[in-house]
Amino acid sequence: MTDVLTLPWLLPAPADFRARVRALKSAETVKAADVTTLAAYGLDLSQLGSLGKIVDARREELRAEGRLRPVLLGVAATHTVDLVAEALPATALRHGLLVDTVQTDYGQLAQAVLDPSSSLAAAKPDFVLLALDAASLGLARPQFEAAAAHEAVQSALDYVASLRDGVRTNIGAGVVLHTLATPAESLFGSYDARVPGSVRWLIARFNQRLTEEVVGDSDLLLDVAALAETVGLARWHDPLRWHDAKIPCALDAVPLYADHVARLLASARGLARKCLVLDLDNTLWGGIIGDDGVDGIKLGQGSAKGEAHLAVQSLALDLRRRGVILAVCSKNEEAAALIPFREHDEMVLKEDHISVFVANWTDKATNLKAIAQALNIGTDALVFLDDNPAERERVRQELPEVAVPEVGDEPSDYVRLLSLAGYFEAVAFNDEDRKRADMYQANAQRASALQKVGNLDEYLASLDMECTIAPFDDLGRARIAQLINKSNQFNLTTRRYTEADVAAIQSDPNKFTMQVRLVDRFGDNGMISVVIFDRGLDSWHCDTWLMSCRVLGRRVEEAVLDHVAAAAKAAGATRLTGEYIPTPKNVLVEKHFEKLGFVQTCERDGGGTTWALELADYAAPALPMDIRTTIAFAA
Amino acid sequence: MDRSAIIEQLTEIMIDVFDLDDLEYRDDLSAADVEEWDSLSNIRFMVAVEKAFGFRLSNSEIESLDNVGEMVDLIQQKLA
Repeated sequence: MTDVLTLPWLLPAPADFRARVRALKSAETVKAADVTTLAAYGLDLSQLGSLGKIVDARREELRAEGRLRPVLLGVAATHTVDLVAEALPATALRHGLLVDTVQTDYGQLAQAVLDPSSSLAAAKPDFVLLALDAASLGLARPQFEAAAAHEAVQSALDYVASLRDGVRTNIGAGVVLHTLATPAESLFGSYDARVPGSVRWLIARFNQRLTEEVVGDSDLLLDVAALAETVGLARWHDPLRWHDAKIPCALDAVPLYADHVARLLASARGLARKCLVLDLDNTLWGGIIGDDGVDGIKLGQGSAKGEAHLAVQSLALDLRRRGVILAVCSKNEEAAALIPFREHDEMVLKEDHISVFVANWTDKATNLKAIAQALNIGTDALVFLDDNPAERERVRQELPEVAVPEVGDEPSDYVRLLSLAGYFEAVAFNDEDRKRADMYQANAQRASALQKVGNLDEYLASLDMECTIAPFDDLGRARIAQLINKSNQFNLTTRRYTEADVAAIQSDPNKFTMQVRLVDRFGDNGMISVVIFDRGLDSWHCDTWLMSCRVLGRRVEEAVLDHVAAAAKAAGATRLTGEYIPTPKNVLVEKHFEKLGFVQTCERDGGGTTWALELADYAAPALPMDIRTTIAFAA
Repeated sequence: MDRSAIIEQLTEIMIDVFDLDDLEYRDDLSAADVEEWDSLSNIRFMVAVEKAFGFRLSNSEIESLDNVGEMVDLIQQKLA
């Protein structure tokens, strides 16, 4: 495997890279696809810089196209981060983001964060990265008195926490905190680990307490310590660059660092990948099942090749356990492809771990589209792992939005490359995640139940659905924010709110909020819909209405309308109003209000429609589910 | 490596690092002549030279350079 700093899961930049960037410079129009195609290569710092300039020059055009999610990142640093800022706009394209950065002036970090009228606050960034180094935190020199050592860590943590609180209060942005890279040098040698107050001890203690005690649910953590260790500390730190220009890591490491920042922001915006699609022959096992037979394939203990493929399976299973959906896409006879899952003793992956299993002779791009459709997710949520370079190339050409790691032909590298690529970067891990793969499993069963029942009403009745509707509460907040930030298709207004915003909405008496859960006989779907109405005297207006596509066609939206209509009536209102704001992804709900009996009132400026429902005309429908409201019509 | 080959490679590096459409090489070319050539892109330039030619430049070597011609001399000397 080649050097980790070259981002080896990406194809190397083509020879004509510079010419292609230059062509964009003078192009009449620049589309997101033009720049994301170039960003998909493993670019060095200069290449990222040139592509980034195109992004800067065409920012408004790209924003108007609506394919990339705009994010303004404030960077408050105690060292030089200009190179990271230069690398980020191009890097972020890989993750679906249109990133712009705003920096604090050198040495002005605390003022920028603590003064609500600072230029950083005025820029209204979505996130602020607090990039502090060990020197500025008083952790770069040893403290040999135990009490002083503990005190040094405590005051560093207090300082970081106060800056974090400052960002939240004065700027209202999400905060990215980071751990500190361990220095490459020791003072005592191995004994450093045993001396309270050695720099290694101070930094290890700081990192541990930062993640456990300071980083809150609504903060993001950039684990620079782990990143630096992955690269190698002697390689990560470049003392000449530090002494010369206070650049905190080797220049070669900046593209990787920037990629880690971008993937974290993308994950916070709900843009992390959701599904790993696996090839079979020479990916999950060595050899070709159709030729070699179940006794001939290489899998399991006893050979390097067999163990390497086993490791790929173990990673896939671990990913599934944390909520990543697994699918199979193989050129095979289905019967043959299934044999190892059923008959090979050492298979770690079983048939029921795979949510969609496609083995046929159709081209893989077509199959990947079908897989995404079956799962109700976009093809941009897929990662496709295949040992065959021709298949990888074809999928990249047909579906450039699918992530296709460049894995080479050594299966021992697959686990490392997949992990380095960071496709499944997470910013939370909760019960919903733990159950997700099972939910999608249950969905496949539901689809087959539909085939058997045939009639939709009978089918819905057969699901034994129980729908719970409750106002926002503290317990649901993380999931509510997650849904608000990642629902694209069934989303009427696509308004994004942070956890802090959600907390404010929860306690605002002028808002009527709903979190909706759905259980059926196949399992718990978890929270599947979030709705916010603004209460007016006469009419209530829909600010946000979104739903997980997993429960499309279950009439949950009718249950939601029934609930809000009853609440509005009880409060003396006579009308509900709503709007549809179109995006490239939400055409699904263009007729949402119409289907619910609303009447169109006008066209919105800038596209979309507005709707109204006279409550006097509304009659509650009979719905094929039990509806439970935990706190009826609470303010 | 002869001087003209070094100059050719160095010109390519400068076009990349300073994001230029084209560059007419002269021995007395310096930061004053290239708009994009500031202290940070100078560091990127030095690191790109180190990578391309396979040696490390010390801080005193970097600080001793007044123009590109001297850089070519230094590369020639280091590769000799």
